[in-house]
Amino acid sequence: MRYVLKKLALLLLTLLIISLLAFLAFQVIPGDPTTKMLGSEATPERVAALRAELGLDQPVLARYWHWLTGCFKGELGLSYSYFQPVETVLSGKIQVTAWLSGLAFLLVIVLALPVGVLLARFEGGPVDKAMTVLNQIVMSVPAFFIGILFTYLFGLVLRWFVPGGYVSWRADMGAFLRYMIFPALAVALPKAAMCVKLLRSSILQELDQDYVRTGYSRGRSRGSVLRHHVLRNAVIPTITFLAVTLADIVAGSIIIEQVFSLPGIGRLLLLSISNRDFPVVQVIVVLIASLVVIINFLADISYQYIDPRIRLDR
Amino acid sequence: MKKRRNYNLILGLALTCAMVGLIVMGWLWTPFDPNAMDPASRLQSPSLTHLLGTDNFGRDIFSRVLQGAGATFLIGVAVVLIGGVCGVLIGGFCGYYGGWLDDLLMRSADIITAFPSILLALVIISLIGAGKYRIIIALGVLFIPSFSRLVRGEVARCKSQEYVANARLMGAKDLRVLFVHILPNTFPVLLSSLAIGFNNAVLAEASMSYLGIGVQPPDPSLGRMLSEAQTYFFSAPWYALSAGCAIVLLILGVGLIADGLGGRRRRDRA
Repeated sequence: MRYVLKKLALLLLTLLIISLLAFLAFQVIPGDPTTKMLGSEATPERVAALRAELGLDQPVLARYWHWLTGCFKGELGLSYSYFQPVETVLSGKIQVTAWLSGLAFLLVIVLALPVGVLLARFEGGPVDKAMTVLNQIVMSVPAFFIGILFTYLFGLVLRWFVPGGYVSWRADMGAFLRYMIFPALAVALPKAAMCVKLLRSSILQELDQDYVRTGYSRGRSRGSVLRHHVLRNAVIPTITFLAVTLADIVAGSIIIEQVFSLPGIGRLLLLSISNRDFPVVQVIVVLIASLVVIINFLADISYQYIDPRIRLDR
Repeated sequence: MKKRRNYNLILGLALTCAMVGLIVMGWLWTPFDPNAMDPASRLQSPSLTHLLGTDNFGRDIFSRVLQGAGATFLIGVAVVLIGGVCGVLIGGFCGYYGGWLDDLLMRSADIITAFPSILLALVIISLIGAGKYRIIIALGVLFIPSFSRLVRGEVARCKSQEYVANARLMGAKDLRVLFVHILPNTFPVLLSSLAIGFNNAVLAEASMSYLGIGVQPPDPSLGRMLSEAQTYFFSAPWYALSAGCAIVLLILGVGLIADGLGGRRRRDRA
């Protein structure tokens, strides 16, 4: 329990540092947002009024404090290009990215775990050899290229969905999922291939251990030893990998949303970067960064329950 | 097991040599001028004159892929060089001397490597702007932590070995021990992670250029070609396929090399 508390304190500290860095980074950029919002011919009085309204006349740390406390109240600042609160701009977009990432993560697990275990089970056989080659190739294909291929195959040739189309989950959940499954699969495939490779090799490494030989000597079959002893040990590196992968999947969703024109956080982020709409960029960055840190925290904690021998505190 | 590993390495080396050969050829000579437009031969399918067909401006795709692959390859190499050299220096000194600076730097490196590099690259690009050289700098800086963490671990491990003590007894100074005796022993591990780093750099560059925030026109890049090709995918699927397959082959070759070098070392965490 002390370990968990220590990790939790470290987590909060990291989150604080990340939010401060993200805030400061976008403050040092030259250029005054008021010029963009009002145009270059605004009167000094109007500029001053808007600066006061945005809080830009205050010192940086005061603004950071104001922004941070605002975040806890659900006020994330004012978007420069939409002239709306950031939380309004974000609403509805987070769900799209969350569904996409969640689905992709689920697909990685559903695809990778059985395949990885089966390949290790039938190591050296023709299926294993063929799949290992295929795996290596899939690993090398960038997710956005898979996305483009899917758009062509399933969108233009088979017409299972309309490329560039989108149905809100509020309107029709089934249609929404149909539009989500291909982008999710595009993100998931390369990651699943990496996971299969890792799982296969870590199972094979475990199969060399003494306890496996003992299992065989007591008359157990390969499948039984795998199920009862090996999997539990081999799953630890896989969990580490999955934690890193979840973060990668969220980042990958940003790119895939662009390929399939899905109205998620990723497209908003790219649009805001090109519009230099920094309050929005800042919030999205902090949001994703917090997610990454929290996932890693959860992964660290979960090792303890899977394998009590692991004590990560030094 | 031993035999299969060599097999990976041989295949990877062959593929990479072929790709690098084509890229070098692209620098010296291409069948057509990659930028020459020819409205008469728009969107032609692959033929003997145009090996991979032509694009919407009638430009020869094979020449353009060669040029784009060359640019992408150089960016990948430059990123790995920046990350590798800085990583070796920082990791080497941290591992050798230790101390509070080592703790601080490695803690920061832990945090930075936890983030998807494409996200951090997006942030840096939104701060300093897009463009070929800015991409190289952004990605290069982002790759420093992972390399320095790796080198640090290896140096710290080698430091307690006997040959280091022997070298010291023979009067070698710290810098000599570090650079002449310890660092060469980290190369086997470093080499395969440099290859993996190269792949990540190519992937990140291609993704960012595809999104329009990487390499800017008129500079060539495979990622940028893909985003242009997507518009014409129905009328000219060979355009996107050529650019995409070039990326895949580049990554596949180097990935196999990394594998063959024994790059299956798992990342040590915490």
